[in-house]
Amino acid sequence: MTAQDIIKPENLVYSKPSLLNDNTMHYCPGCSHGVVHKLIAEVIEEMGIMDKTVGVSPVGCAVFAYNYIDIDWQEAAHGRAPAIATAIKRLLPENLVFTYQGDGDLAAIGTAETIHAVNRGDNLAMIFINNAIYGMTGGQMAPTTLEGMKTATCPYGRDPQLNGYHLPITNLVAQLEGARYVTRQSVHTAAAVRKAKAAIRKAFENALCPEKKGASFVEIVSTCNSGWKLSPEKANQWMVENMFKAYPIGDLKNI
Amino acid sequence: MAKIKGAVSVNVERCKGCELCVVACPTHVLAMSKQVNAKGYRYAMMANEDACIGCASCGIVCPDGCISVYKVKIEE
Repeated sequence: MTAQDIIKPENLVYSKPSLLNDNTMHYCPGCSHGVVHKLIAEVIEEMGIMDKTVGVSPVGCAVFAYNYIDIDWQEAAHGRAPAIATAIKRLLPENLVFTYQGDGDLAAIGTAETIHAVNRGDNLAMIFINNAIYGMTGGQMAPTTLEGMKTATCPYGRDPQLNGYHLPITNLVAQLEGARYVTRQSVHTAAAVRKAKAAIRKAFENALCPEKKGASFVEIVSTCNSGWKLSPEKANQWMVENMFKAYPIGDLKNI
Repeated sequence: MAKIKGAVSVNVERCKGCELCVVACPTHVLAMSKQVNAKGYRYAMMANEDACIGCASCGIVCPDGCISVYKVKIEE
């Protein structure tokens, strides 16, 4: 039996979700954003809530998320996605409202919005892509950059004496009363992708649950192979060796 | 015993040649092509068709959703 005999519609076991449209994504080859976009599209499709989902896209690499997933989107000013999402959720309480932000958006300029949006305890889902660098603007140091990690603005490595320490914002968020589900996942292997998908699904289900209030926060520890100046495979290895020490994978809060 | 056989089809023009599928494949089916697509990227292709078990690991890790996975059960 040749591959041509097997490749028939009735034998299909996996393909791109139809909610992820045919526009070619602008992300660099091997970027984690693509996988997370695909997971979000899959989860929304499986839950059958395409008509009642509103995404809030950030400023950063994921600014064009609205070009790739065919749901309703709102673009927010830099860091202000949680504030916009709160407003949308209060006006459309029946809808699923989620934000999709990177670390430069959520953990730097948007720190106040993030913490206060979670603390207000609205039923939001927040997806946080943490690649420890400002990818879109050329690989500058972010608050989440690890100590000793080289970036365009700390070419000799991040020096805690000068630049302070990496910011584990997910741990801060987990302490807040308004947070209901806080988890940290990654998407570097097929097994990790499946776990991340389950986490995103749980966050979306929480956000739609009318009985219980609280924000759901999913951090995805990601790679930025262009910013880190590594191949996609090496970037994944580097992430496992270094990022996971500072950002350990697992649930931080689940009530 | 029934045997599982799989096959993958790659959307060549969508592929950016990141090679993450090649790393993810447990049976070393995939390899990068010698040719390039319209954007100039080498794309993933099945180099060892017989070994494919249709586990879909390649499709799951693909950041651009270029890979479709097919699977059949062959009764012996």
